[in-house]
Amino acid sequence: MEPAPIRVPRHAYLGAVTLPPFPVEALHVRTFARAIGDENVELDDVAPPTFLMAAAHTDPDYPLRPTTGERWYGSGREATGYGPDDVDPAAGVLYAEQHFDFVRPVRVGDRLTPTERPGRTWEKDGRRGGRLAFFELITEFHDAFGELVATGTLVGVRTSQQPGVEA
Amino acid sequence: MSSPKVGTLLEQVLVDDLTRTRIVQYAGASGDFNPLHTDATYAVEVAGFPGVFAHGMLTMGMTGRILTDTFGADSVRHFGGRFLAQVWPGDTLTARAEVTSVEDGRATLDVTTLNQDGVPVFVGRGVVTIAG
Repeated sequence: MEPAPIRVPRHAYLGAVTLPPFPVEALHVRTFARAIGDENVELDDVAPPTFLMAAAHTDPDYPLRPTTGERWYGSGREATGYGPDDVDPAAGVLYAEQHFDFVRPVRVGDRLTPTERPGRTWEKDGRRGGRLAFFELITEFHDAFGELVATGTLVGVRTSQQPGVEA
Repeated sequence: MSSPKVGTLLEQVLVDDLTRTRIVQYAGASGDFNPLHTDATYAVEVAGFPGVFAHGMLTMGMTGRILTDTFGADSVRHFGGRFLAQVWPGDTLTARAEVTSVEDGRATLDVTTLNQDGVPVFVGRGVVTIAG
């Protein structure tokens, strides 16, 4: 797995949460497509399959976006904006997998409502010792007519070797 | 591709010499502003990495092009996989896909993305609808 820490939204712990609608906008799709090197999207109105990640923009509590007036853990005057007493609830949580299932493509003009809920959990031994606690975070995207368009499944893992883990 | 067959192989260079700016582009477009990916001071001094590295979802997003460029973005019914290794600025990534089944108007492909050293950085699967 990629050893990259991620921050899992509170929905992973609190049960199903419906988020504000995510409007799929033409320039946003194009901007995202350019970032992944997709030159074809300029010609049509279908979003690349991983575009649904960009629904983070309309999640009011998305933890990987700085919030005005709140401390941010990236660098400014110091190498991190967090002090020694700040607890990072996501320490030791790594991003293992991501999956998408589509009923139909996501198109410009869609207004998708994400609902997040916890999925399966399981454990296994890590290669370097310690237990790995896997969990799923499932996000269903329904359109303005209430029809399911796509389901995203994030698989994260909590490692028992790293500090600050609440496995 | 109008009629993929089991065993059909695809290969596509996704990026040659990944730039930090491309990673910044992805951060802005996706909304994932994790400073590990764009803030070298944080990545090195706080997180202990050699430098910034690409979002796993940037690698997966680029990998998806082997499906969308070949079959069209509107054909994708499933795309998913695992992040295996980090992708660094300067890396060159190549995706390989093999058609493993064709039935009921759908093709399933195993997809692997390798870096310039041949190390797999992402492995996954795609399902696309196919014409006729």
